[in-house]
Amino acid sequence: MSTRPQIPATRALPISGTEEVKINKRPWYRSKDWSPLDATSKFSKYLILFFMTIFAIYTIMPIWWLIVGATKPDGELFSGNGFWFSDFNLWENLQTLFTIQDGVYGYWLLNSLLYAGLGGMCSTLFAVMMGYALAKYKFRGRGVVFAIVLAGVLIPASVFAIPLYLLFSGTGIINTFWSVFIPSMVSPFGVYLSRTYAAESVPDEVIEAGRMDGASEFRIFFQIGLRMMAPALLTIFLFQFVSVWTNYLLPSLMLANDKLQPVTVGLVTWQYMRGMPVGYSSVVTGALVSVIPVVILFLSLQRFWAKGLSAGAIK
Amino acid sequence: MSSTTAPKRKRAGYMERQALTRAIPFMIPFALLYLFIYLIPLCYALYKSMYTVGRSGLGISAPEPKFTGFSNYINVLTDPVFMSSMGRVLLIGLIQVPVMLILALVLALWIDMRTTVGKRFFRILYFLPYALPGVIAGLMWSFLYAPSLSPIVKAAEAIGIHLDFTSGNVLPFSIMNIMTWAWTGYNMIIIYSSLQSIPSEIMEAAAIDGLTGWKASWKIKVPMVRPAIILTAVFSIIGTAQLYNEPVVLKGVAPNLSSQYTPIMSALSTLTSNYNTSAAKSVILAIFIGACSAVFFAVTREKEPTK
Repeated sequence: MSTRPQIPATRALPISGTEEVKINKRPWYRSKDWSPLDATSKFSKYLILFFMTIFAIYTIMPIWWLIVGATKPDGELFSGNGFWFSDFNLWENLQTLFTIQDGVYGYWLLNSLLYAGLGGMCSTLFAVMMGYALAKYKFRGRGVVFAIVLAGVLIPASVFAIPLYLLFSGTGIINTFWSVFIPSMVSPFGVYLSRTYAAESVPDEVIEAGRMDGASEFRIFFQIGLRMMAPALLTIFLFQFVSVWTNYLLPSLMLANDKLQPVTVGLVTWQYMRGMPVGYSSVVTGALVSVIPVVILFLSLQRFWAKGLSAGAIK
Repeated sequence: MSSTTAPKRKRAGYMERQALTRAIPFMIPFALLYLFIYLIPLCYALYKSMYTVGRSGLGISAPEPKFTGFSNYINVLTDPVFMSSMGRVLLIGLIQVPVMLILALVLALWIDMRTTVGKRFFRILYFLPYALPGVIAGLMWSFLYAPSLSPIVKAAEAIGIHLDFTSGNVLPFSIMNIMTWAWTGYNMIIIYSSLQSIPSEIMEAAAIDGLTGWKASWKIKVPMVRPAIILTAVFSIIGTAQLYNEPVVLKGVAPNLSSQYTPIMSALSTLTSNYNTSAAKSVILAIFIGACSAVFFAVTREKEPTK
């Protein structure tokens, strides 16, 4: 307790007297409100920077290889320096990629986009409705319902892929669009996240006020609840989008028709061909192209998921 | 006495019923889908796993499914191939998960430090692999591992070092490397967002009391982000148990990789020949994963002060 009053004192230090000169000379990396936490030695600061750079190089290395590889003609992919450019052949590679096997790659990209995009939207809406109901309506047994949903979070979807395949293979759903799309509409993790978020960010008073004004429960949810839960919505959508986009096991089980497959399944089929008849350069270029949409989505919405993630983590 | 509590109870009951009728329309879409995608398949798998398709001696009559109780489970649990796939995943998890989480924690602490340069850049860069599908990560690394294709192997050869990422003993570590590469940033972000919620006054107060650097991190920050670390640990355990994408893709360059390398691969390998066994394997894996995460949650939650 005795240390508390000292905090403003240290904060105020730079403003008084001689310290002011120092603040004008502060290096570019020092933030304006200097605090005692900044008293790190130069040595340890550069040591940290060094290790962080090493890990950054490790992270970027395979991606860099992929980028470089996508620009090379098929014959040079594995000769010479793998981490540096040789003949620039990217446009030809792209052309081959989208025309080989009757342009099946285009279908794959579109399918991935449909499964992940539409599936993500539906799953988000359903999960948020469920989470909102569990957080805001105090009915008996809601704890049990939540526990059952939580079991779905703890047991991963890929474990359910085989039972789901067994079930679907007895019906006409298998090898259709629906066999992959229906499972992508469910996000137990989304329910978990939105329940936490709804409990915190949608006050009971607001709902009560809506009722007083004669609004229906759905209207209250769609006009007030959804707006207040917007950051959670985006997070859930991103998560589901990525988990469907990156999924391999379920679509590879369900879909034999290559025109219905997502890009992950298609690329692995190509890789298994070991260069014939589809060259490795198409695999590499295809992998790079398939990564771009998700990376763009992530970088542009970075702010939102970080927030949502922490909401899920803190509880 | 009852005259005062009875109406109250009645009122509470009415409120609960009203809440339920209001909640049901919101829950129907998710509940139905959850039922069809999670619960019914699981029950169906349970049901199938209790049957065995008997083959009559001459193979003339059609094979008939017969109720055989837990015999599939006993067969699977005594099957050395399946059990070694479980053991392999357990081993990979025991080594890879701690290494990855320590890395993630250290990186998160560094990025959380006020003096670190280029935080935003590093944060985004480290997180990037998360956006890449597991099979794409596997694909990239398999090209970097393949004895005849890898630029790394070639470079090492040039200076006289022989590297083999795809030989039997090294394979688990090659897989661990892909997993660490793919998930460290993700876990780091979870821990980092939790670190961000620590009020800076607490750390400043500690600094004034002489607690700085590693000591401050270890004694204040780490305990405060405990729930986030637990969450990442549980997700990592779950992720490791369902290991599938990376080894399947690696198989393209490592033919010696067993087709029953992990439990899911094992369950898939019997899918066409004996799906009752596959069903039993899936159920065992589901129970195993559920139990692992539940136990981990229970053990780590207990020590926390009640909230």
